Formats: sequence, C-alpha cells, structure tokens
Amino acid sequence: MSDTEAGRTPEGTAGPSQAAPASPYEAIRAIPVRHYGRWVAAVVVVVLLGWLAYGFSQGKIIWSTVGDKLFDHTVLTGVWHTVLISVCAMAMGLVLGVLFAVMRLSRNPVTGAVSWLYIWFFRGTPVYVQLLMWFNLSLIFHTINLGPIYKNDTVAVMTPFVAALLGLGLNEGAYMAEIVRAGIQSVDEGQTEASHALGMTGAQTMRRIVLPQAMRVIIPPTGNEFINMLKTSSLVSVVQYSELLRATSDIGISSNAIMEMYFVASIWYLVLTSVFSVGQFYLERRYARGSLRSLPLTPWQKVRANLTTLRRPKVA
Amino acid sequence: MSTPDMTKPVAGGVEPMVRAENVHKSFGAAHILKGIDLEVAPREVCCLIGPSGSGKSTFLRCINHLEQINAGRLWVDGDLVGYRQRGDRLHELRDREVAAKRRDIGMVFQRFNLFPHMTAIENVMEGPVQVRRESKAVARERAAALLDRVGLADKAGSYPSQLSGGQQQRVAIARALAMEPKLMLFDEPTSALDPELVGDVLDVMRGLAEDGMTMIVVTHEMGFAREVGDALVFMDDGMVVESGHPREVLGNPQHERTRAFLSKVL
Ligand SMILES: Nc1ncnc2c1ncn2[C@@H]1O[C@H](COP(=O)(O)OP(=O)(O)OP(=O)(O)O)[C@@H](O)[C@H]1O
Ligand SMILES: [Mg+2]
Repeated sequence: MSDTEAGRTPEGTAGPSQAAPASPYEAIRAIPVRHYGRWVAAVVVVVLLGWLAYGFSQGKIIWSTVGDKLFDHTVLTGVWHTVLISVCAMAMGLVLGVLFAVMRLSRNPVTGAVSWLYIWFFRGTPVYVQLLMWFNLSLIFHTINLGPIYKNDTVAVMTPFVAALLGLGLNEGAYMAEIVRAGIQSVDEGQTEASHALGMTGAQTMRRIVLPQAMRVIIPPTGNEFINMLKTSSLVSVVQYSELLRATSDIGISSNAIMEMYFVASIWYLVLTSVFSVGQFYLERRYARGSLRSLPLTPWQKVRANLTTLRRPKVA
Repeated sequence: MSTPDMTKPVAGGVEPMVRAENVHKSFGAAHILKGIDLEVAPREVCCLIGPSGSGKSTFLRCINHLEQINAGRLWVDGDLVGYRQRGDRLHELRDREVAAKRRDIGMVFQRFNLFPHMTAIENVMEGPVQVRRESKAVARERAAALLDRVGLADKAGSYPSQLSGGQQQRVAIARALAMEPKLMLFDEPTSALDPELVGDVLDVMRGLAEDGMTMIVVTHEMGFAREVGDALVFMDDGMVVESGHPREVLGNPQHERTRAFLSKVL
C-alpha cells in the first residue's frame, strides 16, 4: 500500500514507511485542453430531452393510469407468465441445442443428417408460423396416440402453454444448436487429445473437458438469446397464452387506456431484461474461472473497494 | 492377453514395452511414416530426434492410438495397439476399449494442454477420479503427493493461466503420472519453454528415469539424451535412419543424414 500513498504525495513527504525517498520533483501544472464540443453536445441533448418531455406531458396520456396499473393483479400474472414461458422455452432450447450440436458434430452420419434437418426446418421458418401450427395441430390430428404409452385428444394436450412452449422451445433449440456447435469447435483440439490420452471416453471428454470450456463462448450469445426470448414471448399471445403483452393490451382495450398499457408493458419488459442482464454478468464471471488471471470485480466488490480506498488515508 | 498368441514378440526373454514393426502412416495422400521398426525395453529411456516434419510426433501419437496406423504392427506391453487379433484377422477396437488401453500410457505434450478450467490439483485428480473411479479424497491425497514430487506443492490451487510454462509442464507430467502409467511419452516437452525453465522440467524427467519409468522422449535436448537416454533414435523422412547408444550416435554418427542433422543442432 505504501506505493499508492507515495503516489498521492509526490513531494516526497510520504510516511516514514518509505524506504528510499524518491528524488524530489515538481508535478506539472498545465492548463487542460478545453473541450468546447462536449459542452455544446450536452446543451443540445438537454434541450432535446426537455422538448420530448414537454411533448409527452402535453399528449393525451393519463400517467396516473400507468402508475395504477403497473402492479395490477392481471399485469403481474402476465409478467409471471412471460418469465415462466421464457425460462421453460429457453431451458428446452438449451437442452435441444446441446443435443443437436453434439449430434451434428458426431461421426455418425445419421445423427448428423437428423440434426441438419432439424436446424434447417426450425431456423428456416418464422417462429410465428410455428406457433400457429402447433396451436392448430388438432386440425390434422384429432388424437395424439403414442401406442401403449399415451393417448389423448390433441385439443386437450395442446393447451396455450404447451403450444407456446413447443413453438418457442423448438425454434430456440435450432439457434442454440448453432451457438453450442460454435462453442464446442472453439475449444482447442489439444484439450481433447490430452483428455483421450488420460483414458477418458468421448462422452467423458465432452462433459468434463470440452463443454465447460465451450461455455465461455456459449454464454454471451445465449444471454442475448434469452433477452430476445423475453421479448419474442410476446408473440405467443397468438396462441391465447396470457403473457405480459396480452394481459396489458386486454386491459388497455377494455379500459380505453391503450397507450398507457403499452407503457406498462414496456416498463416491465425493461425491468425483466435488466434483471437478466445482471444475471448474465455473474454467469459469465463464473465460467471465466481459469481463463482470466483475475476475475472482473462485481459491482458490489467495486463499491467496497472504492470505500476502502476512500477510508484508508484516514486510517493511516 | 487371454488367448496365447504365437506372433507375440518376445526379444531375448524380456518382452519389450514397445515394439514397432514396419509401421506406416498416411494422412490422405501424404505418406508420413514409411516403415518404422523400433523396440523399447522396460525401464529404458529412448530418445527420438530428427528434423521437423520427420514424423516423430506422429509416431508417438500412433503409440497411444491418437492416430491409427495404416500398415505394420505396434505392440505396447505385448498388446496390439488399436486392434484385437483373432486367428489371423484383425478387429478394430471400440472407442471404449481404446480409451481403456490409453490409461496405462502417459503422454506429455509440447503445448502442455492442461485443462484451463481446473486448478493444478484438479488437473491431476481428473484422470484418477473419472477414469479409475478413485474417491475424491484418495485422488486428492495422491495428487498432492505428485505435485510435491514435481516441486509444485504450493501451486495446487492455481489455475494453469497463473502458472509459468515450466510449472504448467510439470503439472502436466504429474497429471500423466497420476494414472500410474507403465509407459510415458514425451513430445518435445521443453521446446515451448524459456531456456531458464527447461532445467526444472528435465530434472523431473531425470528423476522419473531413475525410478525406472519406461520413457520415449522426442527432444532437441542433446545433453539430456546423452546423460539420461539409454537409446537414441534418429528419424528422418518417416524412417529410422540410425539408432544406438546415445554416446555412440552423437559421437560417431554412421550416416550422412545423421551427421548433417547433428551438425545443425549441436
Ligand atoms: N493430422 C494430419 N493431417 C495431415 N498431415 C499431418 C497430420 N499430422 C501431421 N501431418 C504431417 O505429417 C508430417 C510429420 O508431422 P510430425 O508432427 O509427426 O513431425 P515432427 O517430426 O513431430 O516435427 P516437429 O519436430 O516439427 O514437431 C508433417 O509434414 C505434417 O504436416
Ligand atoms: Mg512434433
């Protein structure tokens, strides 16, 4: 710590702990460059923001409705449904993604072809169309019959939640398969060789050595995928699943507060995406173990570090 | 080993640890190994030298079946590598069976190839826990002892990125030793290291040789080959050009190509 203190007192008047006093020197006092452009930009931005705020204050928006409905029971249920369907579809996408990525990379030509077909179809058609097809499956199959295991009416099985999950999850799986494949291929071949040389089987190598390292490459785009999923889930209102957008717009129509309710929806989407961005930060940090010499500080650690450096001079 | 096999090689009463007979290896149209004959006795240290591209790494990788040979026969400790012989037919081994054979062969790579997401001690424990199904407690204890043996007892908790090259290579040696191999393969273990770090790694290898480990070492360290090696093999263009006791090969090379190579590296 003595060198930081010495840095703070350049005239060489640091405490007695300093072993060899640095030769005395005079800190340069120069007139800093004036950044006039920054001031101009700041003024322009403030004026524009003020103008925008004034515009909205004059618009026919009843802001109190936004506040009232933000924690409305129906809205909160919608938020919960959005989170639920997004998390479930993402989990399904992850599992399918790993499965199809491994199949795609395997030496078995059959699994490779199956994986290619899956990705080709589910990535090549709009998720909106896929949702509609799942929801209307009963038009072509009246019953779902899995032989002796399971049999039921399609209408009973294909609830809005199931249709939404299949539509979003299968589509997500196709994207995740490509992300996972890129991650697996980013791992150095020497790792596989070292693992094989120890006597590990292909499956062990994948699970213990390759996938954990691929995670570093997989997580950032997966975080983006998840945030996209939170927003794409608004499409599932088409299969009658009452998630955030559907819940808010229903209220909006019945209480004639359409724009107000879209504001409510936007606020909640922003809250959700912000919360999950924070989660992504911690997840990335966890899988950075070993690849960085020192992990990036969490915001909390940064605050604490700042506090201690602020306090230190008083202590010394 | 279950069926007695008359073709199994026996040399002078002692079964060689490694025996190669006319081993060929091609990558597509590129013919890399062109008939390697070699024998390494148990407890022997065999140093392999030769110009870049002569196929030294490829040959090492064939020994633990990271590459499959195209012709010839290769035995490790009396077992055919990569195949099972029934009558006069060869059957390819399944991946699981190949993996099982590799347990007894340790390999150390030029670029270390430590697992970067695991600490030093976790690297060393990985094989015993995953492959030999040792309990974590036992594996940890043995791993700690091995790290101590390579002089890194205090680095157990460090990740590879926090270790110097020489330290990483010593962890890699400990990792291979944790499987209690009967044969160790070294592929230029010191050539990615700064000169002042080479000594530490060579010391560990010298210790292994003294303990009677059978080793095949691809190296450019002629000093190590002379002091520690029991045999020196010079390879060029996929063939063994010359082999013998290191002092003889180095001091009195018989072939023009050996002389030309040695004049460049010595
Ligand atoms: N997987 C592969 N596919 C195609 N060619 C290969 C492959 N592996 C090695 N080779 C070729 O085989 C030849 C011998 O390579 P090898 O790595 O065995 O040489 P080496 O003697 O170890 O050389 P060095 O001293 O540079 O390590 C080289 O020409 C190389 O290009
Ligand atoms: Mg090589």
